[in-house]
Order: sequence, then structure tokens, then C-alpha cells
Amino acid sequence: MSDDPEIMLRERFSIQGGDFGRAGRVSTTIKSMLKQIGFPAPLIRRVAIATYEAEINVVVYADRADVTFEVTPTVIRVILEDEGRGIADLDLAMQEGYSTATDEIREMGFGAGMGLPNIKRNADDLEITSEVGVGTTVRITVLAGE
Amino acid sequence: MVAEGYYHAHEVCLEKCDGRMRCLRACPTGAIRVRDGKARIISELCVDCGDCITACPHSAVVPLADRLDERSPDYVCRIAIPSPVLYSQFPSDTPPRRIREGLKQIGFDHVFDVSRACDWAVLATRIFLREHTGKWPMISSFCPAVVRLIQVKYPELTEHILAMEVPREVTAREAKMKLSKELGIAPEKIEAVYVTACPAKVVSIRQPAEKQKSWLDRAVAISEIYGPLRNAMAHPENGGTAELFEDATYGPGWSRLGGMTSVLGREKWIAVSGTNDVTKILDDIENSRLRDVEFIEASTCLGGCIGGPLTVENIYVARSRTIRLGEKHGGNIERYAGQVESLYRSGFFEMENPLAPRPLSPLDPDIGKAIAKVRKRDEIYESLPKIDCAACGSPSCMALAEDIVKGDADRSQCVVLRAGR
Repeated sequence: MSDDPEIMLRERFSIQGGDFGRAGRVSTTIKSMLKQIGFPAPLIRRVAIATYEAEINVVVYADRADVTFEVTPTVIRVILEDEGRGIADLDLAMQEGYSTATDEIREMGFGAGMGLPNIKRNADDLEITSEVGVGTTVRITVLAGE
Repeated sequence: MVAEGYYHAHEVCLEKCDGRMRCLRACPTGAIRVRDGKARIISELCVDCGDCITACPHSAVVPLADRLDERSPDYVCRIAIPSPVLYSQFPSDTPPRRIREGLKQIGFDHVFDVSRACDWAVLATRIFLREHTGKWPMISSFCPAVVRLIQVKYPELTEHILAMEVPREVTAREAKMKLSKELGIAPEKIEAVYVTACPAKVVSIRQPAEKQKSWLDRAVAISEIYGPLRNAMAHPENGGTAELFEDATYGPGWSRLGGMTSVLGREKWIAVSGTNDVTKILDDIENSRLRDVEFIEASTCLGGCIGGPLTVENIYVARSRTIRLGEKHGGNIERYAGQVESLYRSGFFEMENPLAPRPLSPLDPDIGKAIAKVRKRDEIYESLPKIDCAACGSPSCMALAEDIVKGDADRSQCVVLRAGR
């Protein structure tokens, strides 16, 4: 969480690990809020895709997560703090096609090793900190300026 | 804020409306409010799906399709282009030809069938998908309500709509060209009437999504002409016979969900119907999910066009008949392959203009003020019972909170809060 004094909007959500039925709900909610605020469509889509991928990561790999969504005059931030197994090798995890997903998860259409690279592609800044056995924090920042 | 200038093919008859709110609960885009006991439609949000027409117990939501007896002196020739749905509205041993003859008995000079244009569209879609290098998946454009839904609520997905002229427009254009040559009259003197299963087609004719003018001139509801047509068909001795475009093959199959994709010859497709389910699929595309899907056949009417609000027959009966009609009268579409290949290269299927997004207005034109309104709305929402009873006249507690922020409603409208006081 940040203490940015310029925060104009802050919403909190939570995600349950393994809850595939509701996966994507946070991303969809954030997307509709951004539409109502009137941000340009391409920017909304980038935030939505990055958030969705991060949300799926929580559902597939973690036990649970708190999500904080913030809007300031200059940036849109989505912070996911999860409790779970964590990521042992971050550099490896950022490589396209790398995945520790089980066959079962892959059969469901997830775990293709594109999640983190896809978040990085859509975010202007991506910060990941992780501790094995404790959890991972993902900070996605998209610049709101024109 | 209500956007001006959007045409809709249905309106609320205030005399008949007694504010029972069925339409309010049925509307998938939350476009209806009931204020002072009367329903009203928010133009900007309405995508013309017609669910409110079906939901109203008093028929107070009136489709504004054209009437059969209206004739303009500007035309010297009137042709019918029936939706394939029409064929499913009669007992299954009724041959399509008999129905087309019936249309001539009730005042059409010629009848043109969309079947061939449907076959062509399948083949043209095949070529398009084979050569497509842009974004996936592509979404069918034949349901005008799906096109509007995307333009309005998913503006960023507009480029996923397969921008190809739809069979009813191709048929109208071809029919006018052919007749004008054969009869020696100007195409403008020919009136093309679409016999439609849904009000969205009426809108697509009066206010096309991507061009100045539709090739069709008006639309009459299947439910409006059904009676006269049946009566006429009972007296075949008055019938005409000459047929055009009679070599149609695939025909009626197009009108049910999955009909088009079943002959598309691609593996990675989805066929989806019903506005709520279409919305879920569009959310998935927007989240960049569905990466291994190439083509989506979508219609807002459950089960496809045979579920349209302007039909008369039970959709399950119509579906069964459609399948049997396809087996009986269907044929091999491949024989058009060579012809469609050259038509496609000549630009025959291209839309006149690209489809443009039509995004909703934000809560406020100023981003800072819009954010303040979102916060205010969330604050109000927290104070509401969150049971979405809709008794206030807004479709959900969230919608009421938003209406209050917009100055269009008051917290005192919440009956649950009033009762608790």
C-alpha cells in the first residue's frame, strides 16, 4: 500500500486462491470503474489485461490475496499482496513460456507461462517482491497521463 | 446524461404502462428506469435487444416496426426479403417455396431469399479468417444488437467485429441491381422490405451502424404479417410462382445458434446467445482471455434469431423445424467457392465504412470530478440494502447510487430504507 497523498480513489478487493469460478471479477470491476471515470479505452484495456493476469496468478498459485486499486492524477496502480508459496526465481518466472503449473491447471487453459510477461507488456512499471513460503506482492503501474 | 440522436425501434406506451417493472429487471444493459410509475428507456444505454418487449405483461413496450399497409408512392415495385426465421414459424412440412409464394399473395411483387447470401457469407468468412493477421478472435456482425453492445459497452473491441456486409444487405443490394436491370427501373424505385424477427434489424435499417443508408428500406415484423400470410397460404390458387435466387442451399440453418459455425470449417469457434452470456464472452475477450478462439458467432436473442421477440412460434419448436428444414433443403455450399473467391477479391463483401466505437459518456467530462462521483456513488451504495429489489425504479442498488449521483434519483426512493426508519 502507498501513502501517496494524491490518491483520488482507492478501492480494496480480495481474491481467494483456487476460486476459478470468480476469477476475473476484480479485473472486470476495475475496468468498469475506469470506463465510468472516462479514461481512454486503450489505457483501460492495458490495466484490465494486467490485472486479469495477476488475478489469475493468485487463483492458480496462491492461497488468497488483498488487492488495492488506486487512482492518482498521474497513475493507475493495482497492488496484489498474496499469501502463498511465493516465487523462488523471479528472473526465471518473468521468461515467456516458463511455468510451474501442473498439467491439471494447463488443461484448464492456464499456466502457459505468459502471465507475468503479459503483465509487464501492459504495465508502464511492474514491481514484484516475493518470499518463498510467505507470499508475493505485485505492483502494477500504468501512467494515466495523455 | 442521455445522448441525443440514437434511433430505437421500440418505445414505451405510457398509457399501457402500469409500472410493474418487468422490463426493468429484464433489461441486460440496465437501460430502463421506472419513475412516477412509468418506464422510460435511456437511449444511450439501449442496444435494441428487445428483451423488454418480451418481458412486458401488457405489451406496453411497443416495437416500432413498419406496418404492411403503409405504402409510399415513391416506389413502383415492392420486394420482400424474409429472415430465414420466417420458415420456422410454419408446420414443418411447409416448403419454403410455399411461404415465399404466400408473400407474393399478400402484396409483394417479388421475393428474394437470403440463403445464397448466407452461403456466400460463410465462404467469405472462411477466406477472411484464413488471411487474417490482426487481433483474435473475430466476432460475427449479423446480429445488430451485438454490434451495438460492443460499440457502446466494449468500444475497444469494435475492431474484433468481422466487418463484412451481412447477408440481408447483400441480398437487398443484389436484388435491386438485378431487378433494375431486368425491369428497366431505377434502384431507388424499388422498395426492399425485410421481414424481421427482431427490432434490432429495424434499427440497423433506419440507422445503420456503419453507413449512410441501408439497402433495405423498411422492416415488418414476422408477428405482424403472420396472420395475413397464413390466410393467403390457405388459398394457393391466388399464388404467384416466379422465383429469383432459387438455387439457395444452406438456407434456414443460419437462424439458429451454431448454424453458421457448423459449416464454417474452422475448429476454434464459440457460438453464444443471450445478452448476459454474450457479455461474459466479451468480458473474457477484453481480459485477453480466449486466446485460442478464432471466431465467435453471437446473437443477443437466446438460441439465435429464432428466439427473436417479433416471432410467433415457440423457440424450441422453431429450432427443431429449422434443423429439419436444413436437412431437407440444405445442400453443399462448396459449389459457390470459386465464385465467392472472386467476389471477395473484388471487394463485394466489404462494408462501406469501418465500424466506429460509440462509448458511453463518463460520470463527468472532467476526470477529477468523475472520480469524485465514483467515490460518492460507492459511499451511497454502502448505505443501501444491496438486495437489488429494484422497487425504487432503478435496476439495482448500484444503479440507484449512480442515478442519485447523476441527480436523477433520491435516496428516499429506497423502500427498504424507508421501511426501516
